[in-house]
Amino acid sequence: MDRPLGLLAELTYSCPLSCPYCSNPLNLADYRDELTTAEWQRVLGEAQELGVLQLHLSGGEPLQRRDVVEIVKTANGLGLYTNLITSAIGLSRRRAEQLRVAGLDHVQISIQSDEPAVSDRIAGTPSFERKVEAARVVKELGWPLTLNVVLHQQNIDRVADLVELAEEMAADRLELANTQYYGWALRNRDALLPNKAQLERAETVVRAARERLVGRMDVTYVLPDYYSQYPKPCMGGWGRRQLTVTPSGDALPCPAAHVLPLPRVNVRKDSLAWIWAESPLFQRFRGTDWMPEPCRSCGRREIDFGGCRCQAFLLTGDAARTDPVCHLSPDHDIVVATVQAANEEKGPSEEALVPRPHRGRTL
Amino acid sequence: MQNNRVPSSSRPGLAPHVRLTFDRAREQHVLLGPESVLLLNRTGADILGLCDGQRTVAEIVDELQGRYGCVPDNEVQNFIVRLVAKRCVVISHG
Repeated sequence: MDRPLGLLAELTYSCPLSCPYCSNPLNLADYRDELTTAEWQRVLGEAQELGVLQLHLSGGEPLQRRDVVEIVKTANGLGLYTNLITSAIGLSRRRAEQLRVAGLDHVQISIQSDEPAVSDRIAGTPSFERKVEAARVVKELGWPLTLNVVLHQQNIDRVADLVELAEEMAADRLELANTQYYGWALRNRDALLPNKAQLERAETVVRAARERLVGRMDVTYVLPDYYSQYPKPCMGGWGRRQLTVTPSGDALPCPAAHVLPLPRVNVRKDSLAWIWAESPLFQRFRGTDWMPEPCRSCGRREIDFGGCRCQAFLLTGDAARTDPVCHLSPDHDIVVATVQAANEEKGPSEEALVPRPHRGRTL
Repeated sequence: MQNNRVPSSSRPGLAPHVRLTFDRAREQHVLLGPESVLLLNRTGADILGLCDGQRTVAEIVDELQGRYGCVPDNEVQNFIVRLVAKRCVVISHG
């Protein structure tokens, strides 16, 4: 069994934004009993002992936690490479300076669009200007900056402008990530899934930008897997490289796995070492023994690990089936029908978007 | 930018955003960066340990030769070129 490389610490699901593609659970209210500072500190120590090298602080909006500086300080003391994944709301200069001193290594800021009004509309709150300002502070303080944009029907045609914005911000990395359909995004899928022509245009722009920016800015592009022939190697394999801890302490092999009808494990009750090595949840889809056909005899079984368990469950009701995204899956017609519908619909359907509710602080 | 070699007189150093560290759990050196983890073998760790922005590539090769007797120049070159492409190593000239 491999040791985990990364821990995604979802400190809180509280968020000042209400993006309609949020991957947080639909039942946000069930996660109010958040881990305390001391509990997180213990979890980080256990993670480090287990072999975790990178800590991704996420949420929700991790800056909604008053103790985020303290948590970073602990992680840094343990030698973890720390990465803040933020909307930038709450990243004032003072807070940024505190995080710098605490040893934070890298900042990733999300932007919803290059157009301020569109960005604010998608985010559900005026936020664009603050993001730009925070990005400036991040660079000034000497951090590497990643800009992350979730792409969908309503902003994918602006990829060239997004690249330009990232250049203006002097971002070191630009992540253009097509929406993955979990949580709120799945609920809003029809209004988010781009059509084929949009994708092809975007890919052409990305290819050119990558070539032009070689050595200056890394541009990563995450394909929408509904349009792929093979599924994504979700999390690099179940219980193989990454683990997630939710605000209330549930440990998961993948941040979307809370939807699966599997026994829960919680860091309040069990050690991370036991959870990783022995818990039924982490063993359930580890390796290849669990696989059905066509995965079991497929030459790609160690490449994509059967795709995403959560997607298989969300689309077929059975987490142990081949990811329906795969063209070899017996359930592939589900994805084909969805893609077909996305290519028939005329014009964007903004009205249909259900915003994820924000949730105020509870801690 | 996309050369397959770096000049022997250039001075490679770790990029400011990466960290070379020893992972006790794996008993192995690792290079950590934003969204990347590189598990290093002994040669890789030795080369990176010498990438201090002061030594030239030629000096790194000499140093490793002194330690191990035989170090193919190519191996050091290829490794550094790969890491420059990943933006983990930066090269200064002169």
